Amino acid sequence: MSGEQIDEISGVSTTGHEWDGIRELNNPLPRWWVVTFYVTIVWAIGYTIAYPAWPLLHSATKGVLGYSSRNEVKNELTAAEAAKGKYVAAVESKTVSEIAADDALREFAVAAGGAAFKVNCVQCHGSGAQGSAGFPNLNDDDWLWGGKTGQIQQTITHGIRFATDPDTRLSEMPAFGDIITADQIAQVSAYVASLSGKVKDASLIEPGAKVFAENCVACHGDNAKGNKEFGAPDLTDAIWLYGSGETAIAAQVRAPKHGVMPAWIGRLGETKVKELAVYVHSLGGGE
Amino acid sequence: MHVLDKTQIEAVAVHSAKTRQPLYAPRKKIFPKRASGSFRRFKWLVMAITLGIYYLTPWLRWDRGPFAPDQAVLVDLANRRFYFFFIEIWPQEFYYVAGLLVMAGVGLFLVTSTVGRAWCGYTCPQTVWVDLFLVVERAIEGDRNARMKLDAGPWTARKLSLRVSKHAIWLVIGAATGGAWIFYFADAPTLAGELLTGTAAPVAYITVAVLTATTYTLGGLMREQVCTYMCPWPRIQAAMLDESSLTVTYNDWRGEPRSRHAKTVQAAGQPVGDCVDCNACVAVCPMGIDIRDGQQLECITCALCIDACDGVMDKLGRERGLISYATLSDYNANMMLATAGGSGLVNPSLVRTADGQFSDKVAHFHIRKIFRPRTYVYMGLWSLIGLGLLYSLLTRDRLEVNVLHDRNPQFVTLSDGSIRNGYTVKLLNMIPEPRTIVVTMQGLQGAEMSVVGDDIPAGRSFAIPVEPDRLKMLKVFVRQPADQIRGTAQTFKFRVEDKASFEADEYTATFNAPETAK
Repeated sequence: MSGEQIDEISGVSTTGHEWDGIRELNNPLPRWWVVTFYVTIVWAIGYTIAYPAWPLLHSATKGVLGYSSRNEVKNELTAAEAAKGKYVAAVESKTVSEIAADDALREFAVAAGGAAFKVNCVQCHGSGAQGSAGFPNLNDDDWLWGGKTGQIQQTITHGIRFATDPDTRLSEMPAFGDIITADQIAQVSAYVASLSGKVKDASLIEPGAKVFAENCVACHGDNAKGNKEFGAPDLTDAIWLYGSGETAIAAQVRAPKHGVMPAWIGRLGETKVKELAVYVHSLGGGE
Repeated sequence: MHVLDKTQIEAVAVHSAKTRQPLYAPRKKIFPKRASGSFRRFKWLVMAITLGIYYLTPWLRWDRGPFAPDQAVLVDLANRRFYFFFIEIWPQEFYYVAGLLVMAGVGLFLVTSTVGRAWCGYTCPQTVWVDLFLVVERAIEGDRNARMKLDAGPWTARKLSLRVSKHAIWLVIGAATGGAWIFYFADAPTLAGELLTGTAAPVAYITVAVLTATTYTLGGLMREQVCTYMCPWPRIQAAMLDESSLTVTYNDWRGEPRSRHAKTVQAAGQPVGDCVDCNACVAVCPMGIDIRDGQQLECITCALCIDACDGVMDKLGRERGLISYATLSDYNANMMLATAGGSGLVNPSLVRTADGQFSDKVAHFHIRKIFRPRTYVYMGLWSLIGLGLLYSLLTRDRLEVNVLHDRNPQFVTLSDGSIRNGYTVKLLNMIPEPRTIVVTMQGLQGAEMSVVGDDIPAGRSFAIPVEPDRLKMLKVFVRQPADQIRGTAQTFKFRVEDKASFEADEYTATFNAPETAK
């Protein structure tokens, strides 16, 4: 190899590099291309001066423009807060039933309440508010303490059987295991079960009704429809917090379980509680 | 001379100063001369049509009634609608645009395999705008020779004023180009008013500024370099052309040996071709190449060299077509003829008979060559996609229902034992007129629907108004009594109907119930 090599076909000089007989042509780049290349380098240096870039021992250079992605997020959050400001103000000043009646406000409250629900309530009530044994399903139309927006707000605000809140919803069913006999418990359980389904031994129903009339009507009512004033459940429907059937009912009569729900007002504040109430009311069972 | 040491190797550095090429080189300016002829006239026509379409389309009106914009072609990004005359496309129907792009691709293959880089030479925006910019340049600075003289000359007041006015007009064209672009995205008359009074959105001004800069730079300053360095199509075209594709070809077989002194050479008994080496083809070339070097990457096949050469041939009284659209197979056949089977140099007398006419053996292009398996396949593919799109467009639904079944919880047991499932029902009214949609349940015995937040009584059917060109989202609860439940997963249909136009759509949904429900 010596002297300038010229590719015969194209008449262009080659670099002298050859692979399997294919030689690399040496077409010079256009000058602007090279200039552009250097401009990008200069731009990159300028960029690292303008924006945070160079790592230091404990931090990094701040950049002369003072840009920071944290500030960016902060500004966006402030803007988002400002954008929903008028809704928040309206939620603050209106009652839950007024909020539920206003389409735009309800939509806002349902979204905000849904978010709060996912943080604070799903631990017991489940992510779909479907509940589980001992924790009520909030989608259905059966409410222990009432399903109107105001009643739901009251429940969330002060909780249920929450000792430190003087206004908490309070009720306690006696443990009838100490009051009536085992036979009577079996009879009353059969009677209660018969109100919404079939029972094994129909002969227990009649004496059971008598036991019920003597011991239970004060809270659950003559017709066993319950009473929302003291959170006494409706015993005629298909919804059972601690399980349906005679065995589950007997267990609850003998030594009742009582759920506790915290009072949320101190933790969430009135606005969030209102939003939660509207959200829970919107799940499909609200009265 | 001293005696070489035995260990000395005879070698030269690959990058020795002697052989080193510069890594970069300044662009060599091109001063295309004005051509005239049939191809030039055709190019003026194409330019007028394409620029006309581009600049005027946003101003066309199309009446769609009071509930939709009246601009014939509008990309409404804010409302996510695309209007094209009688067609309105929602974002989920973007496949129509994708289909058109596929058609454009296959169409490009078809065109290239038959008439070469016709796209590059006639209709590519780069070609059209460079042509337009050259018109301005010629009008202000004169034709090729005047421009070359001006460019080489010193900076006088005249040169300065000519240059300033040329670049100013280029910038105005650039601004008009950028301006026309944004009119496709908003109501043109309104936006034009806003632009002029300074009340348009910043993004409008930024877009105009960016497109002004790119049009000015690509069309005025970069010109042929866009095609040579930046565009991928010249590289791809190599795979598109075959021996039956028409390309702009210099016919060596009748042109060579070229001579400026044909008569002297002829008198000396040497063979002489039709090419008089006048360089007219080189002078008009906007890419700055010599077509006589053969088919090359830079050639956009604008055919201006054909016009230039034909003009010269007419003056000389010879047949047109020394440079012509020809296929490689014809060219090769004629070359074989002219070189006596490829053994000798080109002897143009071999392609002519004694009386100076072309011999019968000279191959000429015939229209039949366009029709070959490859173009049939492209044509078939193109038509199939086109017909498919058309069929789909003519039979598409303008009323749709989409349903999302609540998954959490899947079902809710109510106090009377009945089971409730929740559904998000989306009604799509895809015409620009308000409609009343009737939603009906089919199947799921005994079940009833209720709509959340609406005063619609529970039942198996309800009518609901939907705004023009909008989606209406409903939360629907379906409730089935315990004694009617048949299994844990029953299917039923949501049927939506427009009683006025008889349009309908259905969605098959599932209704879940717990094992315990009978």
